[in-house]
Amino acid sequence: MSYLSLTERDREEMLAAIGVSSVEELFRDIPAGLRFDRELALDPALGEQELSRHLEELAARNVDTSRELSFLGAGIYDHYVPAIVDAVLQRGELLTAYTPYQPEMSQGILQAIFEYQTAVCELTGMDVSNASGYDGTTVAADACYVAKHATGRPRVVVTEATNPQVRQVVKTYAPGFGLEIVEVPHRDGLTNPDELRRAAEDAACVIFQHPNFFGCLEAAPDLAAAATEAGAIPVAHVDLVSLGVLEAPGAYGCGMAIGEGQSAGNYQSFAGPHYGFLAARNEFIRRMPGRIVGETVDTAGKRGYVLTLQTREQHIRREKATSNITTNQTLLALAGLVYLSWLGPEGLRELGETCMGLGVYAKQRLVDAGFELAFPERTTFKEFAVRVGRSGQEAVRAARAQGVHPGYALGRDYPGLDDTLLVAITERRSPADVDRLVEALTQA
Amino acid sequence: MKLIFEKSQPGRRGGELPKPDVQAPVVPAELRRSKPPRLPELAEPEILRHFTQLSTRNFGIDTGFYPLGSCTMKYNPRVNERLVALPGFRDLHPYQDEEASQGALELMWRLQESLIEVSGLHACSLQPAAGSQGELTGLMLMRAYFADRGEADRRDTIVTADTAHGTNPASVTMAGYKLAKVRTDARGNVDVEHLRELVDDRTAGLMLTNPSTLGLFDEHIEEVAAIFHGVGALLYYDGANLNAVCGISRPGDMGFDIVHINLHKTFSQPHGGGGPGGGPIVVRDTLEPYLPVPAVVKEGDVFRLDFDRPKSIGKVRGYTGPFGVFVRSYAYIRSYGPRLREMSETAVLNANYLLARLKDAYDLPFDRLCMHEFVLSARTLKREHGITATDVAKRLMDYRFHPPTVYFPLVVPEALMIEPTETEAKETLDAFADAMLAIVREAADDPGVLKDAPHARPVNRLDEVRAAKRAIVKYGFEEHPDVSQEPSAEPRQLGAPTGA
Repeated sequence: MSYLSLTERDREEMLAAIGVSSVEELFRDIPAGLRFDRELALDPALGEQELSRHLEELAARNVDTSRELSFLGAGIYDHYVPAIVDAVLQRGELLTAYTPYQPEMSQGILQAIFEYQTAVCELTGMDVSNASGYDGTTVAADACYVAKHATGRPRVVVTEATNPQVRQVVKTYAPGFGLEIVEVPHRDGLTNPDELRRAAEDAACVIFQHPNFFGCLEAAPDLAAAATEAGAIPVAHVDLVSLGVLEAPGAYGCGMAIGEGQSAGNYQSFAGPHYGFLAARNEFIRRMPGRIVGETVDTAGKRGYVLTLQTREQHIRREKATSNITTNQTLLALAGLVYLSWLGPEGLRELGETCMGLGVYAKQRLVDAGFELAFPERTTFKEFAVRVGRSGQEAVRAARAQGVHPGYALGRDYPGLDDTLLVAITERRSPADVDRLVEALTQA
Repeated sequence: MKLIFEKSQPGRRGGELPKPDVQAPVVPAELRRSKPPRLPELAEPEILRHFTQLSTRNFGIDTGFYPLGSCTMKYNPRVNERLVALPGFRDLHPYQDEEASQGALELMWRLQESLIEVSGLHACSLQPAAGSQGELTGLMLMRAYFADRGEADRRDTIVTADTAHGTNPASVTMAGYKLAKVRTDARGNVDVEHLRELVDDRTAGLMLTNPSTLGLFDEHIEEVAAIFHGVGALLYYDGANLNAVCGISRPGDMGFDIVHINLHKTFSQPHGGGGPGGGPIVVRDTLEPYLPVPAVVKEGDVFRLDFDRPKSIGKVRGYTGPFGVFVRSYAYIRSYGPRLREMSETAVLNANYLLARLKDAYDLPFDRLCMHEFVLSARTLKREHGITATDVAKRLMDYRFHPPTVYFPLVVPEALMIEPTETEAKETLDAFADAMLAIVREAADDPGVLKDAPHARPVNRLDEVRAAKRAIVKYGFEEHPDVSQEPSAEPRQLGAPTGA
């Protein structure tokens, strides 16, 4: 199957118009020794029906969350995605457009990005949001780059209770930025503000996740204040879904708010494509990475939208750009906007309360069944850590044999928590589902 | 058109989610949201209408011809959208056990193998999320490779061409390297004499697009590769233009050591108004130990994620990569199989046909056959009639075509960079050529109609200078300013590169 339109006659007419006798002649500038002289060793072409069958067979070999009762989270969550999100994303005018370099052709997506920026700023309490980053890990690296140039300081502090995926990506990027990374340990599931302040003495920024990787609510205002006292920019890594019930980072003094947008309107999709968001206070607007849409007027004074502050960007500023990013995750950010519009402020608050309430119920049921919470004193949002009395990996295997995936085995990232699972509970799970989880962990 | 926030009514609801009978804990006062976020409050029918209305004010490849140079705007097959939504792909968690993700891992492995074959290299990482991240990853690989040889401190410079995408020099800076720029010669190739002056034992590598952003295959690429390899440096291939050469010439055979592939260009991931993309990299065996983790490996009949790579540069994005992009690109490659060569041949045929129809009416800076795209100049139109590349671009909108990339590459004044791709019919190419020729006549007869263009879009030309000066980047609710009442500043447009 191919998607080509030319007939034999078209080809002949076109070759004649060009003034060559064959398609091969079009490649005469390629040195003879570099012309590939065999057929590509790829599997034979498939028609649409055979292609569908092949991919359906591959998909059927995966156990997805419609086939197994899943309590996996750890940064990617099984929240409900309403049908309206799919409907909007399949509009060809949006799905198949390139970057809106020509604003008169692209008012639809430009206005949508402007609305997305507004929603992100509103939720995070920030002044400016970019049009998206690749995911919740790379926006953390972006924040470090902004902070380095804003402060000139040589280090970055990341809390140990921040998603290990985020910490790993920041470590990969840091050498090129000339930054050293310092991690601040957690104490019984929380970050200590005094330890954070000492670590941040010569740091450009402090990145802390809230609710943190264990699901615990950090003393976020105290962490932000500790960073500020040390002269570092506080950067909160937050979950958009939590911001109906939890305070906006801008309201407690953060300089930037970043995070993974997947939980708001995107499917799990084996990790992507999703979107990262990055929002900041006005003072960082000219150091922001990536595209930003701004409002303006046309020659008749009518309101319209354009890509703006482009002198930050690589296609103009080149080696002096604030980032090399060009392609971003606009379509997935649009999914986020549709989702947040569908929920509205009330829906978002209710969703947060539901997740927290289900968590309380689950923790109580597990404690009643004889399990011990890893951090029993902590208030949690939609995840919590529970000790299962043996290796987390083994507990996962045993529970899965009963059709329940009980959560993420924390031993992979935290050596002291080999016997601990991180259990995520979204609105897609019911109290009865929680009862099944308890049963599976008890019997296993 | 109103913003969705301006259509909001207090108390109106869109969707509702289940509310189980459980009691939420009390959030400590200092952590509790003090002021509800002003998200839109609309019923679902009005939300759908809002976004449908927005879509009618946008132009995609589904709407019409989109010859945006260097962006490879080809048809995005709808079957791929159906396949990516299969629950086994869409609802799969990245931490699902490997034995319960075998289909996903096999798909990734098969895609890796296909990209290795097309590139003519040895090992692949699907991790980078876009071409620019592929570039940065490639430069990190160079650093790791030289560090292993004790040469990292000495090799501090990367060479790029003056025709390069802006991402190349930006990536060089982000990776902590110094930049050297090589000129383009009179035939549009890298100036080999200048290159010899720039390259020495401090050089870490070259970043090059081939065919270049001028749409020309570098005739001296073997010599260029020999110059770098001669001093122990590496060659990086910016794969933005790979659509020209699939099955025709392979970057690995040209001498490149690292390649990134834009899955949203060559392999048809829909670009979604700006993203997502995918930027896998493929490398020579000497660089494999440094690739990011995880890689998908096959052991017997079992596929697994390999994290055990002691020399790896680490992780460049979260989890296992943009999997939905992999599904669509794998499906696209399977649709063509070895006929990918025909895909590239047709892309090159379409471009040369358009070039043949337009080269007498516009300036052609390098009079050669092109590859999958070509660059014209509106220099003469500007000199004789005051008509710029921007004017041509805006007028094309009235003919219902998306404009080409303009003002890029930077080495061509008033550049118009045109890439038709292989999926267009001859009738479409002819209609576009007719419009481009009509615009040349209009420039002489009625230049005002070009200066005022576009005439049939939802907005006229927009004041970009005011946008940058005012920096209104979110809705201000009751404090939102009315920019239409503020005095304008000339000039309105930046004349900056758009596209690519």
